[in-house]
Amino acid sequence: MQFTEDKIHLIDKGEIKILLDVNSGAVHLLDEETFAVLQTLLVNGNNWDNLPAVADLAGIRDSLAELQAQGLLLAVDDEIFPRGKQNVLKALCMNVAHDCNLNCHYCFASQGDFGGERKLMPVEVGKQAVDFLLKHSGSRTLCEMDFFGGEPLMAWPMVQEVVLYGEAEADRLGKKFHFTMTTNGVLLTTAVQNFLNQHEISTVLSLDGRKEVHDRMRPTWTDAGSYDLILPKYQEFAASRDDYVIRGTYTHFNLDFAADVLHYFKEGFKNLSMEPVIGPVSADFSLRPEDFATIEQEYDQLAEAYLELYRSGNEMNFFHFNVDLDHGPCLPKRLTGCGAGVEYFALSPEGDLYPCHQFVGREEFKVGTLATGIERTDLVQQFSEAHIYNKPLCKACWARFFCGGGCHANAEEFNQTLLTPYELGCRIQKKRLEAAIYVQIMKKLG
Amino acid sequence: MKKEHIITIAAPALQQSKKTGACGNCQASCQSACKTSCTVGNQACESKK
Repeated sequence: MQFTEDKIHLIDKGEIKILLDVNSGAVHLLDEETFAVLQTLLVNGNNWDNLPAVADLAGIRDSLAELQAQGLLLAVDDEIFPRGKQNVLKALCMNVAHDCNLNCHYCFASQGDFGGERKLMPVEVGKQAVDFLLKHSGSRTLCEMDFFGGEPLMAWPMVQEVVLYGEAEADRLGKKFHFTMTTNGVLLTTAVQNFLNQHEISTVLSLDGRKEVHDRMRPTWTDAGSYDLILPKYQEFAASRDDYVIRGTYTHFNLDFAADVLHYFKEGFKNLSMEPVIGPVSADFSLRPEDFATIEQEYDQLAEAYLELYRSGNEMNFFHFNVDLDHGPCLPKRLTGCGAGVEYFALSPEGDLYPCHQFVGREEFKVGTLATGIERTDLVQQFSEAHIYNKPLCKACWARFFCGGGCHANAEEFNQTLLTPYELGCRIQKKRLEAAIYVQIMKKLG
Repeated sequence: MKKEHIITIAAPALQQSKKTGACGNCQASCQSACKTSCTVGNQACESKK
């Protein structure tokens, strides 16, 4: 038995000692002695003759060997990338508005315009996108369309028309649309809410947590805070349905972001998500390596707070702790990752296609248009080859089958290649996964 | 009595899913933090729903 960091991962949560077998996905609880033995083997080059004194080394060795024989420890991965269905389009991200009614400081879309002119997507482009997605969805029944921006509610009449057209066309072809939308809430009204509910449009609502945290980063164009404007709208919206996510961004300014997640809960929201900001190294709000220790502590605190609520019967659905240890996605899906540039594309208001919304407006990443289809097959090939087995750092990382190789856009932005993931993002991801695995184990143990 | 050193909590048999999976019916899973980064580990398998 040769234990290495790419094959097993140990998580020490005090009384709870966890072993993840990376290639099989098996999760085990270890006693203190077994944990100490494995910890030592990982650092001493698997030297069984140089281990801490334990009472039952033979028993530990037998237990490990038994698990290995069952395929639950040191499982072998052939590292052959399984090619699934080719040329099947799953999803389009519709940048329906290159414009925004907020002036968020960390906006990756240059406050909504993606570095270009402020414009809305014409209805005809939206309908062509519906046709394009249905046409290229192959045998897949479900087509996914995400209304994004800028702020998609600035193009609300168009969004409604496209939804109605998409539903009718999908119905005609025996398919179905799943629509999603991410909004800043400024233009959210009861009428909008009713339409979103009636058409089962999954909705992500942006809110950064406590009022002072939110208002600092998400002001209006007159530099007023937007918290008081949107909170009551979100509360009304959340009361009307279960399918919503409150989504926030934490920055260098609120490293105590667990308090913001708990603030959501206190305000009555159940489905919650909080993400690390991605920004240029020079920006004052960007996370930096020296923030990492605090970030780690926050995820630990959040995990304990989550469990405390769970035990008291008040379950908080924190999106990033939702890791299904038993029935997660298959390995091919885990290897494929987000599918950007292969089975998922973003559409600009003009009808230009990009690998994902993060690349919109960058001419060198324009892969085609709705009219021409995909022209840059070389780019599609590049994205399709940017999977875990082709990324040296991912191949050596224990988290590879949970994260799917990370965000292509972040890799490209920070390392100018799709094949080297963004390091700070990976560190946060790994910490968040450790917390998620711990939370799920504790829930199982009751 | 033999001491129990290890308790298995989950055994999803990922390698087996390389042969049985890839139906492609699962949702796209954007990992960008500007959306809600749906890391693949957060996803449910559509065929097991």
